[in-house]
Amino acid sequence: MARHTLSVLVEDKPGVLARISGLISRRGFNIDSLAVGPTENDDVSRMTIVVDVDETALEQVTKQLNKLIEVLKVVELDDVASVQRELLLIKVRCDAHSRAEIVQITQMFRCNVVDVGLDAVVIEATGTPGKLDALLEVLEPYGVREIVQSGLVGVGRGGKSITDRGRRSA
Amino acid sequence: MGNESTRQIPTPADVVPAAKRAAAPQEVTGAQSLVLALEAVGVEVVFGIPGGAILPAYDPLLDSVKVRHILVRHEQGAGHAAEGYASATGKVGVCMATSGPGATNLVTAIADAYMDSVPMVAITGQVNSRFIGTDAFQEADIRGITMPITKHSYLVTQPGDVATAIKEAFHIASSGRPGPVLVDITKDAMVGRTTFEWPTDIALPGYKPVTRPHHKQIRAAAKLIRESKRPVFYLGGGIIRADASEQLRELVDLAGIPLVTTLMARGVVPDSHPLHLGMPGMHGSVAAVTALQKADLLIAIGTRFDDRVTGDLASFAPGAKVIHADIDPAEISKNRVADVPIVGDAKAVIEDLAVAVRADQNAGRAPDFTAWQERTRGWADTYPLGYSPAEDATAIPPQYVIERIGALTGPEAVYAAGVGQHQMWAAQFVKYERPNAWLNSGGLGTMGYSVPAAMGAKVGEPDRVVWAIDGDGCFQMTNQELATCVINKIPIKVAVINNSSLGMVRQWQTLFYNERYSNTDLHTSASGSRVPDFVKLAEAYGCVGLRCEKAEDVDATIKKALEIDDVPVVIDFVVERDAMVWPMVPAGVSNDLVTTARAMTPVWDRDDDAAEGER
Repeated sequence: MARHTLSVLVEDKPGVLARISGLISRRGFNIDSLAVGPTENDDVSRMTIVVDVDETALEQVTKQLNKLIEVLKVVELDDVASVQRELLLIKVRCDAHSRAEIVQITQMFRCNVVDVGLDAVVIEATGTPGKLDALLEVLEPYGVREIVQSGLVGVGRGGKSITDRGRRSA
Repeated sequence: MGNESTRQIPTPADVVPAAKRAAAPQEVTGAQSLVLALEAVGVEVVFGIPGGAILPAYDPLLDSVKVRHILVRHEQGAGHAAEGYASATGKVGVCMATSGPGATNLVTAIADAYMDSVPMVAITGQVNSRFIGTDAFQEADIRGITMPITKHSYLVTQPGDVATAIKEAFHIASSGRPGPVLVDITKDAMVGRTTFEWPTDIALPGYKPVTRPHHKQIRAAAKLIRESKRPVFYLGGGIIRADASEQLRELVDLAGIPLVTTLMARGVVPDSHPLHLGMPGMHGSVAAVTALQKADLLIAIGTRFDDRVTGDLASFAPGAKVIHADIDPAEISKNRVADVPIVGDAKAVIEDLAVAVRADQNAGRAPDFTAWQERTRGWADTYPLGYSPAEDATAIPPQYVIERIGALTGPEAVYAAGVGQHQMWAAQFVKYERPNAWLNSGGLGTMGYSVPAAMGAKVGEPDRVVWAIDGDGCFQMTNQELATCVINKIPIKVAVINNSSLGMVRQWQTLFYNERYSNTDLHTSASGSRVPDFVKLAEAYGCVGLRCEKAEDVDATIKKALEIDDVPVVIDFVVERDAMVWPMVPAGVSNDLVTTARAMTPVWDRDDDAAEGER
């Protein structure tokens, strides 16, 4: 088993998210994360789906996704040849004494404090799953009160667009 | 025509051809638009039941002279009738139901059509779009419910979207790998006004089924065939759906390769063909099962390596390379990895393979399969399908009844089976010589399929004799459609193979549960108990009811039924309840362990096995 990131272009129609998430779960595949959003084209949405499967299952899930009428294209994003990011909001306990240290940590990780309270701060961090794990580990001793994390999104490196290649390439 | 009494005299507007009518935009309601769309797409018949939410559609339907509506007694019957119609004719079957329970009653038939790739469009009424999500009366999210069992589905909330949804639904249902498509239409979309215009083209950017096989793959397949010594054609129902049996016949004759036809493909090559080894799988013939096990190449077309065919997958056809052709890429290498995958329509694949094989023969490099042909034929001759009645049995052997129905009725008829022992016997003992003659619920295994499917088939093919070969368990699930058959003059023939049991379950209880018969006794004939009495039941519906309890009366009873062609006939064949389906490969074990009868396995002589290495 390994994590694979699929970038899926779909027609922006009602029910398409249910169709895709339903298909993946009923065929017995586990979704690690799923992110949906608009694209440069109004009629098209893009989903980034991270699944934890072996190669055979990946081929099957890709073929099954391609069978959905509203799916326009499925591409696997390679770890090296793509930029992949998650967004993390972390609420960390703090007091006058620890606040400066926490701010210093956020600077080292190049993330931002977006809300400051008397007893807590909210940090906004963007990065690869690895970076965010590292950040969480460092913040853990201060007392993490809440974590909100987005699904992973990714885009291929270089000048080519996902829509450049043939309609159904994966 | 059952609606004749209620149908109004057509107005001139009705008689104008749909194409012409469709060309000019006209002001209509969404419901009228639905009926115009059904006419424009060429629908001849709709099976359904009206109800609150679908009511607006039934009003203009009354005026249509092109679309015949047949009022069924249960929506499941409408669904299976649409399947039977589609499977017998190759056209798209249509069923219609209201929202909520009407729609959920279609679910089994939709799932059945999905598993067996039957082209079907199910139209359901939905509550007013303003009420969706409020748990309104008779509201059910049928699109959500059927998402896993439809090829695609629509929820139409605007009257202007009805025609496009219908056009797309029929296109999707009938192209690529066929399957069921649901069109759920809200009441306000049917009542609201719109301009009807039949769309000229279809915009489905994400739906482009590959039909032409890649020539590189065909070349690779031809190479494997050339290099093989023990090839077998493993032929599935996809070839029937692709209407390719003529082309297939040519390829088979050309290549001289032995073949097996799956449960869904019975008749795709005539059973009388000398290279035909029968049906593979759990209840397949010894020759078919063994040929696959000993093959060095499987040429699988339009089939999906179902567990009922492969048995234990790891030991299935262990020495074989696999050429797998299917129109659905997801079927290829799903269960068994293919050495040569070919995505394409079965007809195109078969034609291209024939060209390649012929080229090899002309080049003088075609292999000689004579020895392999003789060897497989030897298995077929040594282990023919058969049955031997138990010595103490007094009742009719069920296999005999089915064999005689097939023999006396002939290959031009349509045979629709339910699910269970009688289904397997009907697959084994009726001789199929043409495609679309054998209808059954293969993938889902839906008890109750037979009567409504036979009804649908008879509507689509009124000049053919249509038999429902049913069990006493199955028959009790959907026999209410006999009312539909009588009223609409759909004279099907029903043979109830009455062993007073859920026979297949009972067989497993005999074999694997120490003959502890938990809840399989149906009291329909054993020990003189007839609940219900099928003859009286048939008569109550206005059918002719016949009963046959002796082997010597079987032929006369069948002939009598064949002479009646104005009303449905139901025959209660009281048969031996301990008869079992053989051969059998128990679930989950290797096909090498095929048994021809209880505790009897084929004996392979030493020479046979030794020869394998050389050939």
